[in-house]
Amino acid sequence: MTNIDAKNNEYMLQEIQPLTAKDFKTDLDVRWCAGCGDYSVLAQLQKLFPTLGIPREKFTVVSGIGCSSRFPYYVNTYGFHTMHGRALPVASGIKIANPDLSVWVITGDGDGMAIGGNHFIHAIRRNMDLKILLLNNEIYSMTKGQYSPTTQQNSKTKSSPFGVVDYPFNPIALALGSGATFVARTSYSNPKHLNYILKRAAEHKGIAFVEIYSNCVIFTDGIFDQWTNKNYIDENAVFLEDAKPLIFGREKDKAIVIDNFTPKEIQLSGNEKELMIHNEKNVALAQMIATMSHDNNLPRPFGVFLDIEKPSYDELINHQITKEIERKGKGNVDDLLKGSDFWEIS
Amino acid sequence: MDKQVVITNDVTVRFAGDSGDGMQMTGTLFSKNSGSIGTDVNTFPDYPSEIRPPADTLYGVSAYQVHFGSKKMNTMGDKIDVLFAMNAASVKVNIPNLNKGAIIICNEAGFGPKNLKLAQYENNPLLNGEYSDYTVHAINIPEIMKEELKDLSLPLNQIERTKNFFALGIAYWLFNQPLESTIDWLKNKFGKKIEIFESNTRALKAGYEFAKNDESFPFYYNVPKIKQKPGIYRNITGNEAAALGLVAAAKKADLSLYLGSYPITPATEILHHLSGYKQYGVKILQAEDEIAGIASAIGASFAGNLAVTTTSGPGLSLKVESMGLAVIMELPLVIVDVQRAGPSTGMPTKPEQSDLLMSMWGRHGEAPMPIIAAKSANDCFYASYEAAKIALKYMTPVMVLSDGYLAQGTEPWLVPTLDSLPEFELNIAKNPDEYKPYKRDPETLSREWAHPGTPGFEHQIGGLEKENITGIVTQDPKNHQLMTELRAQKIDGIVRDVPNAVIEGEESGDLLILGWGSSYGAIKNTFDKLVEQGHKLSFVHLRWLNPFPANLGEILSKFKRIFIPEMNMGQLSTLIKTKYLRDVLGYHKMHGKPFTALEIEIELMKLLNGGN
Repeated sequence: MTNIDAKNNEYMLQEIQPLTAKDFKTDLDVRWCAGCGDYSVLAQLQKLFPTLGIPREKFTVVSGIGCSSRFPYYVNTYGFHTMHGRALPVASGIKIANPDLSVWVITGDGDGMAIGGNHFIHAIRRNMDLKILLLNNEIYSMTKGQYSPTTQQNSKTKSSPFGVVDYPFNPIALALGSGATFVARTSYSNPKHLNYILKRAAEHKGIAFVEIYSNCVIFTDGIFDQWTNKNYIDENAVFLEDAKPLIFGREKDKAIVIDNFTPKEIQLSGNEKELMIHNEKNVALAQMIATMSHDNNLPRPFGVFLDIEKPSYDELINHQITKEIERKGKGNVDDLLKGSDFWEIS
Repeated sequence: MDKQVVITNDVTVRFAGDSGDGMQMTGTLFSKNSGSIGTDVNTFPDYPSEIRPPADTLYGVSAYQVHFGSKKMNTMGDKIDVLFAMNAASVKVNIPNLNKGAIIICNEAGFGPKNLKLAQYENNPLLNGEYSDYTVHAINIPEIMKEELKDLSLPLNQIERTKNFFALGIAYWLFNQPLESTIDWLKNKFGKKIEIFESNTRALKAGYEFAKNDESFPFYYNVPKIKQKPGIYRNITGNEAAALGLVAAAKKADLSLYLGSYPITPATEILHHLSGYKQYGVKILQAEDEIAGIASAIGASFAGNLAVTTTSGPGLSLKVESMGLAVIMELPLVIVDVQRAGPSTGMPTKPEQSDLLMSMWGRHGEAPMPIIAAKSANDCFYASYEAAKIALKYMTPVMVLSDGYLAQGTEPWLVPTLDSLPEFELNIAKNPDEYKPYKRDPETLSREWAHPGTPGFEHQIGGLEKENITGIVTQDPKNHQLMTELRAQKIDGIVRDVPNAVIEGEESGDLLILGWGSSYGAIKNTFDKLVEQGHKLSFVHLRWLNPFPANLGEILSKFKRIFIPEMNMGQLSTLIKTKYLRDVLGYHKMHGKPFTALEIEIELMKLLNGGN
């Protein structure tokens, strides 16, 4: 609907040169703490955006409130730093208003799981075509160290000096339970995997939820080490690959089987027929994998849990409009004002 | 027998029955018929917030009031002249609202032992003289209809269900109105369900014939037409009018219309109407909550749609934080608040004017926002249209105040053409080389609107305070002072688009009535009556509550006393006292019901007779 004048067209012509990560950097100094996991996510996103074949102006980065929510200020495209917990509805409005945009929501475990929890499940339920990056550091960092909905039980924080009694959310399981069509987990500590997962999310049409472990050097330093530190990662993490068994261990000698509907760890013995094979299209399997580490003390899965196709909300709502216009023609507002029950006074 | 004709210029009719008796439909049809034969009409539906409360109870009564006549009606009518009642309970609850000598036309079958018990009548009031102040027609409608419909062999409950059309038939005879348009309506609505069409059409005709032939109806009324401007008319509720105003605004502004909303009484019909307008490109998100409703609208506004959210009191409370975001983002947004009695859940279906101060000041920080209040059901169209126009010109959220009375009441509306409506002035960013997110138009102080997807205008902004012109985040003390002042000046500057207040009556003098919102009708009727009686009186009705019209201060200074009736504890009074340092005489009604003209008259007469 915007009037693009001649000057604008000229500008568009100048912009045809290929973009680089630099094009997505703003002039602002990034103000996260030295060593914060969020830097890695920012760098990978800036690296990814120019490779997607989408013009810079078609990206919109939306965030709520919290450390990670400062993100939009650092990405040189359209950015909207909204309210605590409300990034998803704002982003939904943006996407419905202009379905051509690639809309990325940056949130954290407080912003997305607590104050924005209701919006989280509903944006996912609607399969809104948004990419949600949940930078999980299991703490409220911006308010200086209170426990969040993902903080592990018994953790001592500023607001839980005797230990947290809340049971935490498992964001992956919550997203799956809300009907997500793309769900993945990755970590700040593994840039290559992070980049791969972000690319997969970008390619997915519909809601794409990515949980990214992001270390907070101040309040929760090291909490993800058991799954992210190179000394432990092989034993404690399993990387999901579609149509492949879940194999892990330093010697690649362990795998997951399903025994009585429950995932279990086994030593590989050559009898690979019984191994659990990952299938990105299988929701039930995704749910089982999502909970195997949290509930069953098995290795923590990273990678794509689920990637299925379903029409998105913005697509469906705009389709209803197109269909109705095809059927009845574009509405004449004067007729609408008159309605069907009018009378004339002469 | 020969029937007499009684000429009357002003009648109030009320259809009352159980929540499932179709009273809303009956009243709507009667009001449409009355409008289309050229009388002026003002209506109000009055129903419980429960959907189908237990049958025959006092709290289950649903009613629809129609005030019509040969002059401008302006209100739903103070007292009922003719009550159509389907059972004992619906007479009982309406007795206090009856005019002296009113006519009660009731369904005798609704006065059985069970009905009486549920209506808390110990004895049958039809037999013990309890209604002796009124002219009562007790008609056993199902008995008559059994006979009329015997060839259709319908079950008894279906026969009973035609009683509302029988009553409507009586009403058409009593007010000398034709049946045809209602029969056409039945054909359109039930044409395929032939039994329903047939039974209701016969009931309509049977009611008409009954009254025409029965000697208990010795006269009928003739209500002369009102002189009306030529043109196309329709009946319209405030909520539908608001919906149409927004569609018209979007069309005129050449933008897509976006509504983010959560269902809430009494605002929901705006969502209903807009969700049907797919053909007009209206985009809807029925959000998970009130916050998501407005937040998504802010997103849609950021992305270049004409964005709207609609709500009522409790929802408005939830939207407060988001309104602040729209203020600091300086994005266009229309917020329609259909006020209801509060606080908290309050009385969901009952109107009040108690969100004015919240609209004015109910946000943290200095967050000024323009406010326009509709004065009638029709004015909901113009108020929402005007709100959109100001929102887009000044890049600001705008509050539209309606209320449960306007939302659901109807009056005939002279339908405007799109061409006749004011043009829009948008402030869309055009030059990427000179674009700065918070660079302002020197006159309006409006910043430019640059939508994602447009090359060259990429920018990053949010709820944090930003530097003047560049929009870069800053906590610089002087800058915050400047930005706060600029935001306030921008809203104050809207006054250049606010029409001057118009004084009705004396230009100066002793007593000025100052009204706002839906109390217009009751004040206007009283004002006209008292002026006709020779009283020296003046009346100003405000549509813009923020900013006030430029000439308001001067007007106020010309009067000794200012009388402000409002359905709250004195919210406009507070604004007037604060801004103009004037003492005022407030009249505050919080019954969950609009003012009656009589109530205002009594108060005014006290003042005119030397009271203060």
